[in-house]
Amino acid sequence: MFPSTMLLATDPLLSEPIGQVDLLLMSAKVLTAFAFLLVSVMLLIWFERKLISHMHQRIGPTIAGPWGILQTLADGIKLFFKEDLIPSNSDRFVFKLAPYLSLVPAFLIFTIIPFGGDFNHTSTQTDPAALGTVTWRDHATYLQIADPHVGILLFLAMSSIAVYGIMLAGWASGSKYPLLGSVRASAQMISYEAALGLSVASVVLMTGSISTHDMVAAQAGDGFAGILPNWNVLATGLVPFFVFAIAGTAELNRPPFDLVEAEQELVGGFHTEYSSIRFALFFLAEFMNTITMSAIIVTLFFGGPAGPVLIDSIIGSDIGWAWGVLWFFAKLFVFLFCFVWVRATLPRFRYDQLMNMGWKLLTPTALLWFLFLSAINIGDSQGWHRALVLAVSLPIMLLAVVLIKQAAINSSRTQEQEHTQQPLDNSP
Amino acid sequence: MKLIPGLVKGLAVTGATVVRTVFPKRGLRTLIPAPSKGADTVQYPHVKEAPPTRARGVIALHEGNCTACMLCARECPDWCIYIEGHKEKAPPRRPGGKPRLVNKLDRFDIDYALCMFCGICVEVCPFEALFWSPEYEFSEPRIADLLHDKSRLSEWMETVPDFEDYETGSVAKKLKVPPT
Repeated sequence: MFPSTMLLATDPLLSEPIGQVDLLLMSAKVLTAFAFLLVSVMLLIWFERKLISHMHQRIGPTIAGPWGILQTLADGIKLFFKEDLIPSNSDRFVFKLAPYLSLVPAFLIFTIIPFGGDFNHTSTQTDPAALGTVTWRDHATYLQIADPHVGILLFLAMSSIAVYGIMLAGWASGSKYPLLGSVRASAQMISYEAALGLSVASVVLMTGSISTHDMVAAQAGDGFAGILPNWNVLATGLVPFFVFAIAGTAELNRPPFDLVEAEQELVGGFHTEYSSIRFALFFLAEFMNTITMSAIIVTLFFGGPAGPVLIDSIIGSDIGWAWGVLWFFAKLFVFLFCFVWVRATLPRFRYDQLMNMGWKLLTPTALLWFLFLSAINIGDSQGWHRALVLAVSLPIMLLAVVLIKQAAINSSRTQEQEHTQQPLDNSP
Repeated sequence: MKLIPGLVKGLAVTGATVVRTVFPKRGLRTLIPAPSKGADTVQYPHVKEAPPTRARGVIALHEGNCTACMLCARECPDWCIYIEGHKEKAPPRRPGGKPRLVNKLDRFDIDYALCMFCGICVEVCPFEALFWSPEYEFSEPRIADLLHDKSRLSEWMETVPDFEDYETGSVAKKLKVPPT
């Protein structure tokens, strides 16, 4: 279906022997992304506080800087100069290690995000690997720190490692509330990672590649009837997107899935015993994860930096790539807004509701939809009639839904019976 | 599945609120974002909100009514009221009567660093000498300065609102309060 070059696509910068310019370009990209993440976390925290205030008919931070925009900077400086406490009961090495385990993956996920470049198919450019490249001194490169062969799997791996940061933080604190928080964190993240991975698999199935660059390249251009964009959110039929958005929110421990740090029940959750800069690192990682998760959603489902180029060049220099940056950040901002919006609207899930939703709703839905999409894909590649494939797969899906529903009803009924019988058995 | 209409409704409520807060209705200038005008926040030191008339802000003393009977000091859970007094000869009420002994108040201090504003002293006072005042700005930089004496407590008497009839039998209570 796709040319083999697409499957083996990697950054054209690194395909040749590496010289000084390549190193310079690489470090420039790394530095830009690093600075961008730090500054945007600062702005995101301010934005979240401001927006959530307006949703509560409050004003929010106003004192530090114009419109309170430097509030996060002030908070950061305050945290930096506070006393660093390590509880005597704690496992000192792991206690110190945990914040970095949750911060470093947050940075690393952003390395695979394409954040700019012109992805429009032109008559001269037909090779998908050449799309979205920026040329500087005859060195073509992607506006993306790395395009490893494992691609989107790096995101799944890194978000799994971030769980260790939270889990070890709670365990090493030597205190009961952080331990409860970290137990909840591990249970919650394991439950939702299944749904997350399955909805990523649907996207991989549609793209035919696990490289994030190829995913964006496949989504560029016009889609259905030339009006709708060729985004995966439509191509995979909306369901994987919603599953991914919900599971992603749970993965981030953001409200309404913030049981890990439910203040009313667990004091502060896993970071109860943390103070000073170590606490700030957790805070930074949490908000950085929000940004990278939004970026991943944009990349997987909304075409990343792909979008129309309105003005081709200014004073002779090609600025097609800048439009990609603009579209990427516009889409990113929409999702950041939505995360704050959902936080201001929804109350926290109860623990059993969380587990029910993860195991009984999201995981089966993602699995069924993945199987449905693969049935259609196989049918297309074998040349079977689309209506026939639908006629066979839809009743099977319906049957599966009925069976899962029945299993859930049966299990809850046996649970109820066990609960009601227990006092009878114990009575003399 | 019945969750989804509720979810959409909730998002609509917060969405409408943020629009109403950031773009309050101000005629032509509605399109200029002005969250400080749309929000309900009162910027306290610059703008002050009038407290409700029956707000329990601070306890004021009507010195003339106090007989130094010590009931309030004894009922106070925090022991934050300090009273000292002495007996004094007063002229007889009617000509030809005996001279009376009355209690004169020397000291009436309330330590607001200890007071928990339970209002038991106001309830228990049989001579209508203690009142709730809605005044609330009496913080001090030093904790020892929160011990207020009777002259300060009497000053707050001016801020005590006129007694309003709010229940049956309140007329009798009103009559007992002499005008200050």
